[in-house]
Amino acid sequence: MPLLTDWVKKAIEPEPSSQQRNCRLPEAGERDEDELLAVRNLSVNVKSSSRPVIEGIDLTVGRGEIVGIVGESGCGKSVLSLSIMGLLPSALKLGGGELRLNGQSLHQASQRQIRSMRGKHMSMIFQDPMTSLNPTLTIGEQLTESLRLHLKLGGREARERAVLWLRRTGLPRPEAILSSYPHQLSGGMRQRVMIAIALCCEPELLIADEPTTALDVTIQAQILDVLFRIREEEQTSILFISHDLGVIAELCDRVAVMYAGQIVEQGTVEELFESPQHPYTIGLMKSIPKPEKKGMRLYAIPGTVPSLHDRGEGCRFQSRCAHAAAICLDAMPALEHRGGSHAVRCFLASGERREMDV
Amino acid sequence: MSKHHDEPLIELNGLFKTYDGAGFGAAKKKVHAVHDVSLTIMPGETLGLVGESGCGKSTTGRMAARLLQPSAGNITYRGRDLSLLRGRESKTMRKAIQYVFQDPYASLNPKFTIADLLEEPLRIHKLGDKAERRRQVDAMLETIGLNSSYARRYVHELSGGQRQRIGIARALMLKPEFLILDEPVSALDVSVQSQILNLLKDLQKQYGLTYLFISHDLNVVHYMSDRVAVMYMGKLVEIADVEGLYHAPFHPYTQALISAIPSEQRGKRSERRLLTGEIPDALSIPEGCSFHTRCPYVRDSCRRETPPIIGMGESRTVRCHLYPVDEGLDYGETKVALG
Ligand SMILES: Nc1ncnc2c1ncn2[C@@H]1O[C@H](COP(=O)(O)OP(=O)(O)OP(=O)(O)O)[C@@H](O)[C@H]1O
Ligand SMILES: Nc1ncnc2c1ncn2[C@@H]1O[C@H](COP(=O)(O)OP(=O)(O)OP(=O)(O)O)[C@@H](O)[C@H]1O
Ligand SMILES: [Mg+2]
Ligand SMILES: [Mg+2]
Repeated sequence: MPLLTDWVKKAIEPEPSSQQRNCRLPEAGERDEDELLAVRNLSVNVKSSSRPVIEGIDLTVGRGEIVGIVGESGCGKSVLSLSIMGLLPSALKLGGGELRLNGQSLHQASQRQIRSMRGKHMSMIFQDPMTSLNPTLTIGEQLTESLRLHLKLGGREARERAVLWLRRTGLPRPEAILSSYPHQLSGGMRQRVMIAIALCCEPELLIADEPTTALDVTIQAQILDVLFRIREEEQTSILFISHDLGVIAELCDRVAVMYAGQIVEQGTVEELFESPQHPYTIGLMKSIPKPEKKGMRLYAIPGTVPSLHDRGEGCRFQSRCAHAAAICLDAMPALEHRGGSHAVRCFLASGERREMDV
Repeated sequence: MSKHHDEPLIELNGLFKTYDGAGFGAAKKKVHAVHDVSLTIMPGETLGLVGESGCGKSTTGRMAARLLQPSAGNITYRGRDLSLLRGRESKTMRKAIQYVFQDPYASLNPKFTIADLLEEPLRIHKLGDKAERRRQVDAMLETIGLNSSYARRYVHELSGGQRQRIGIARALMLKPEFLILDEPVSALDVSVQSQILNLLKDLQKQYGLTYLFISHDLNVVHYMSDRVAVMYMGKLVEIADVEGLYHAPFHPYTQALISAIPSEQRGKRSERRLLTGEIPDALSIPEGCSFHTRCPYVRDSCRRETPPIIGMGESRTVRCHLYPVDEGLDYGETKVALG
């Protein structure tokens, strides 16, 4: 059992400080040369009630790194990405914390400064391609607009580049697609247009929110291949959001698991998939339908996620956790280092619970 | 459960569906969304339907549910041609066949309480009095694992998984025999997905339901289905029982699909076969075999002639010029697949 062995290890060799050094988790004020995006203790609140939708988010994306985010539907993955892009819906607002791209604060930047960073420095593939494409403009107009605006390309150059990117996403007849309107394309085609628009300016940071959910696996494989290659060739950093743990494992270097507005576990893909420690992560892994589970009942985490109003003082996962104890109801566990770059928000994994509970 | 009766529950016979495409005048093109689709589903069986986005899965499902009129072909249900039914018989059939929509957000009216949403189908079919209908709503909420306090809530107060359950519950209110499930779990995280899949399996056992299960997720389809049909550009290219299809896919498109299933086991990436070549769309379906632009085994005949559907053994049909296997030729991996 991974939890226990880790426990024992910790007890035998007292936490060496070197472990902290190569760890990706942020320290206050620290800035690494390789760091592109830094999210520090970020929260986003509902304007009307000031309730936090996400809170205490700490996340770093290095240059050329692909970081995955997984988590329960409604846990705040899209809200986190929109806050980085400066595109929060009007009902939400940034709370405390810090957001930095290339060392430059996004938090304090004006709308104009942020707008100038979108496209060339960071861009996003939205979860819902239909609402994020302009229905009154052709695909060509939408693609070349951003190329002219951000890369200052001329009409012909922009067009050639647009065709190139449409082709790279596997779209048939890219020249014809340039003159079509969004409603003339199928859902999967629109999604690939969105991917082309996000990639054509070769941003330093790409945020991809469920970019392949509507695509069949052969096209999905092709898109993942494109993402992999721009990382290799252009050192593009990618924040990749998906429900599909298989895709996450194949594509990403590191993963953050979110639950009810918080990061509950993060680490390298190996750390997370080989020794998940948070009970929510463990539950997710157990739920994956695999061929050998055919004919058996699938595991599902019992209960449902607490709503924004029902989040108590304690651990957010406590009401669904088989191991929950008194302390889990009363106090919120911190996201703690567990060696390497692995960090877990759980009393059980940190050992604190043992001391306090006995 | 009455699995594998001799009599099919539903048969789709040579269905075609053509939509008017976008554009005006001469630029206006027909979209051949479904082309010559024939399928048989036995009572109590789950048939999985997979294929690329836009290949015609929802269109096929909606024709089977009579939500959409086929351009050609017919559908028989328990041996009766659906298009010929009138009056009471037609109404009975409308209750027996239900469709669960791809998008629970868009298909549930936000102004209705959950109780209203579930009661509505009963009201439309004038079943029971008010009290009896409410009793059935409460019973259904319990069946799908939501307590009766949900009856007074609205859709926007529910999570994605809960909404999906309401969508399924609504389809079940009329005690159907046959459910068409269009991507019922695509938007959900794996744990909520498991809850829904378990529920569907339980309901099937309890009521002997028959499912047409449409999905992109091949692991989910494998888990749910007895047999699987694979579509490409409006045509069925392979149908086989689930283990046969996953262990020895025949059609080159099916082979590419199976090899591309993402896996949490690292290192599988290198093994997959990436397809190359131009991906066509429904407005410009290639001559001959629709898959020839991407097929690694393409031959001359594939570019000219549409391959016929041929039976390969008892439980498989495939639409590909490579079959039946011609001994003198090297098929590369297809041959391996054939054993
Ligand atoms: N405009 C808004 N006003 C109020 N609350 C909102 C708004 N947008 C999102 N929320 C709330 O914020 C929370 C997080 O939503 P978000 O869309 O980030 O979830 P998600 O993790 O992306 O889920 P999914 O996997 O379903 O896409 C949800 O509880 C949602 O209800
Ligand atoms: N009402 C319509 N008018 C015109 N074309 C349509 C209409 N509905 C669907 N189509 C086209 O028919 C083809 C098949 O669509 P369908 O929705 O059946 O695909 P699907 O396999 O369900 O795709 P997805 O996996 O994206 O849901 C597509 O090319 C689509 O663009
Ligand atoms: Mg989202
Ligand atoms: Mg569909």
